[in-house]
Amino acid sequence: MARILVQADPFDTGAELAALTAGRDDIGGLGCFVGLVRQNLTGRRLVAMTLEHYPTMTEKSLARIAAEAETRWSLLGCTIIHRYGRLTLGEPIVLVLTASAHRAAALDSTTFLIDWLKTQAPFWKNEEFEDGEREWVAARKEDDEATDKWKKALLCRVGDVPSARVGDAPSSLP
Amino acid sequence: MSEPAIPLRILYFAWLRERVGLSEETLIKPDDVGTLAELIAWLAIRDDRHAAAFAQSGVIRCALNQEFAPLNSPIAPGDEIAFFPPVTGG
Repeated sequence: MARILVQADPFDTGAELAALTAGRDDIGGLGCFVGLVRQNLTGRRLVAMTLEHYPTMTEKSLARIAAEAETRWSLLGCTIIHRYGRLTLGEPIVLVLTASAHRAAALDSTTFLIDWLKTQAPFWKNEEFEDGEREWVAARKEDDEATDKWKKALLCRVGDVPSARVGDAPSSLP
Repeated sequence: MSEPAIPLRILYFAWLRERVGLSEETLIKPDDVGTLAELIAWLAIRDDRHAAAFAQSGVIRCALNQEFAPLNSPIAPGDEIAFFPPVTGG
């Protein structure tokens, strides 16, 4: 059962890692991704971004995304924290942590979770520039492609196992 | 005595919210509006703000009762429907 939090406040990555492993001796590896508000590499200078979300749907979506990861890998723990509200440059936006017996499951599921939530969780970023202008961030084709890659990976996996039925695929697949 | 009509709860996010000028509204749909696509067509002719919001219909995404839903999804009185651009979290 994943720990899912949607909050305006910052999160403490170290405390979350400690909580995931406290009192356990079966975890061999942790995967960790922290997304930050980054300066534009080209174009207008950013000062902050405001994240809007769909409160009642957001936690449900994140829980479903975590459940999807738990069907694909043997996870011993999973934490997803996503912030909303106004965040300035360098501030953390999102935390994804996974725990497993071996590194591959922890690392791969972390990549999956951040790829998947970029296209499947109801958040929208509004950028605020030095000149006072504001602009909604457009969805990136690369993010859709990253999600599609995982959908294909699932189809291959189902195809590889003769006993698996396509109907076993998680319901969140469009 | 006829039953009181049950409204739809309609939510808008990101630039759709800004263009409509509302974060949510409750409306009683006509009987012949049976899908999300038909709801969009009906909303788009309500006034200039809705028309502006729904002009770029190709980039609008929907949720029906807090689940992503395709445009041909059937809708019923009492549903919660959200319209928004493609998501950009993470």
